[in-house]
Amino acid sequence: MSAKSTAHSVVEASSGGKWLAGGLVVVYALVTMIPLVWIFLTGFKSPPDSISYPPKVFFEPSMEGYVNLFTTRTRQTSEYIESLGPPETWYDEIVRKRNMVIAGPSKFADRYLNSIVIGFGSTFLAVFLGTLAAYGFSRFKVPLKDDLLFFILSTRMMPPIAVAIPIYLMYRTLGLSDTALGMILLYTAVNISLAVWLLKGFIDEIPREYEEAAVVDGYSRLQAFWKVVLPQARTGIAATAIFCLIFAWNEYAFVLLLTSGEAQTAPPYIPLIIGEGGLDWPAVAAGTTLFLLPIVFFTVVLRNQLLRGITFGAVRK
Amino acid sequence: MAEIRIENLHKAFGDFVAVRDSAFTIRDGEFFVMLGPSGCGKTTTLRMIAGLEMPSAGKIFLDGEDVTFNRGSERDIAFVFQLFALYPHMNVRKNISFPLRIQRLPRREIRERTEEVAKLLRIDHLLNRPVGGLSSGDRQRVALGRAIVRRAKAFLMDEPLGALDAEFRELMCEELRLLHNRIGATTVYVTHDQIEAMSMADRICVMDQGEVLQVGPPMEVYERPATRFVAGFIGSPAMNFLRAKGGLEAGASGVEVNGGRIAVPRLQEALDHADAVLGVRPEHIRIAGDGPLRGRVFGVEYMGTRQLVTVDTDAGRLKIRAPNTVRVDYGETVGLDFETERLVVFHPESDRAVMSELYAGAGAGGGHA
Repeated sequence: MSAKSTAHSVVEASSGGKWLAGGLVVVYALVTMIPLVWIFLTGFKSPPDSISYPPKVFFEPSMEGYVNLFTTRTRQTSEYIESLGPPETWYDEIVRKRNMVIAGPSKFADRYLNSIVIGFGSTFLAVFLGTLAAYGFSRFKVPLKDDLLFFILSTRMMPPIAVAIPIYLMYRTLGLSDTALGMILLYTAVNISLAVWLLKGFIDEIPREYEEAAVVDGYSRLQAFWKVVLPQARTGIAATAIFCLIFAWNEYAFVLLLTSGEAQTAPPYIPLIIGEGGLDWPAVAAGTTLFLLPIVFFTVVLRNQLLRGITFGAVRK
Repeated sequence: MAEIRIENLHKAFGDFVAVRDSAFTIRDGEFFVMLGPSGCGKTTTLRMIAGLEMPSAGKIFLDGEDVTFNRGSERDIAFVFQLFALYPHMNVRKNISFPLRIQRLPRREIRERTEEVAKLLRIDHLLNRPVGGLSSGDRQRVALGRAIVRRAKAFLMDEPLGALDAEFRELMCEELRLLHNRIGATTVYVTHDQIEAMSMADRICVMDQGEVLQVGPPMEVYERPATRFVAGFIGSPAMNFLRAKGGLEAGASGVEVNGGRIAVPRLQEALDHADAVLGVRPEHIRIAGDGPLRGRVFGVEYMGTRQLVTVDTDAGRLKIRAPNTVRVDYGETVGLDFETERLVVFHPESDRAVMSELYAGAGAGGGHA
């Protein structure tokens, strides 16, 4: 049928194949997106809408979930509420419709701040130490190099729960339990294995000639590392940082066992919302939405680096 | 501008000896080529001169100053790498000016010197381009620019043309030599390509298995090889080696090959081994009916003005470069005549050339000049 014949590459898909592949990607994206979209929408539903059956896709948006997330409230009689006079703010108004008054802020903001401090703090430390260690493993003759690399990986070999009790006891003695520093150190220790292994791969790919050229041109070894190796390892560092951040951000078991009041992060806090006054799904969804944002933001900002990072080293330039 | 003197330089990696006791001097302003097969230690020697590798023993002097254990950054030597080693996160201008920026020169001087060098290398129109999109030739020029811009005491080049394709390599060879004539800086150039070496060098240093075999101008290395390896490595096709009868006395002027006598330059030392090896270049053999050695034609390669004839003799197979006017056929028996004054006799075990009139007045082919 076709009058014109085009040269076909064996590795290039036909146009039909491209459509099929594209379609599959779209379907997959939709399937993955549905829970996220549902969580996002639920955050703006009123509590009755959130548990209605059949589920509502179209609803009147409400900020109630977010207000409930950030406040603690007490139930009052309508006489008492009337005696208070007209509500002063929009969130007072929302709360009073349910016969409640705001008693104070919830702990969510504190927990969220903890998440940011611990997540980003441990990511920075793990990537910083990991880069130095990976450079050392990549460039120098380290005695027992292979054994050390294997040993570093061993922190990842057991489930957190298996070591949580000993760590709890250690931390209690050291005064690190329920502190942000303790959690940062712990996550750094767990993440550094990942960081060293990933970054070593990236640094191995950077030819030594770059540093040698810089050294001959008058740099010290450290300067060469800083000015020549680091800029080229940027993609690898970005990819590693995202992986480390996602782990530290989402970690649940350690933080549940090792923290209670001061240093607790958002993951163990969000489920607690359910216990506080019935099944407040909009508040849970609002908390989850806010919890997702930094990771989404970080990943979007670094996505070019990340994509290049993941395929880095697959093809020799 | 500097003289580089190397004394008893030795480098071992574990059990492997990369460079064995080498000693030579690179003169001020000289284009010095280190030639040898891969793994012969030439690059290791170069890296020791640059300070990228520390010697196991021996000394390196730069302009009389002992720099053996100075860091690379303290030696004022520029290095051009085989794979260019251009920083991919910088553009051409930044790459070339990199060493100057390390020295924290005034901005105006950096700019002027960078542009001057770029003009010299004819890449001034590329200054603001990223290095990623450049052709390999232009990348090579940028790498050279980064070396030249420093006005360092010496340039070291590690197979800088190895990554270029053949056509371009020839062009760059010429350019490099012209550049050297213009700048006149001491240059040490490492290559495994004898044609590059012959066409550019003031002097060649031939190495094999970590040892310096001979140092001399291209013509001397070609015509008066110090060892059998040097003779075989330089020249294309390689020198022919014939089994000959040994037991020669000083003053002998002929060797016996397969029962016939072939005249050689008068020997100045004795060869008391039972065997000898006669070395003869393909262009120094004539096909002649009455030659002292006879053999059967095994192959003929026509190469335009010349032809390459392969002849099997009882003393070994020979390649002969003959004018295309000589007509020979496969399987034909021919006589071979030799250009006496060009022949070299080698010791069959030590592989060293036996001193003869050929070497007289050439400072002897002893090698360690």
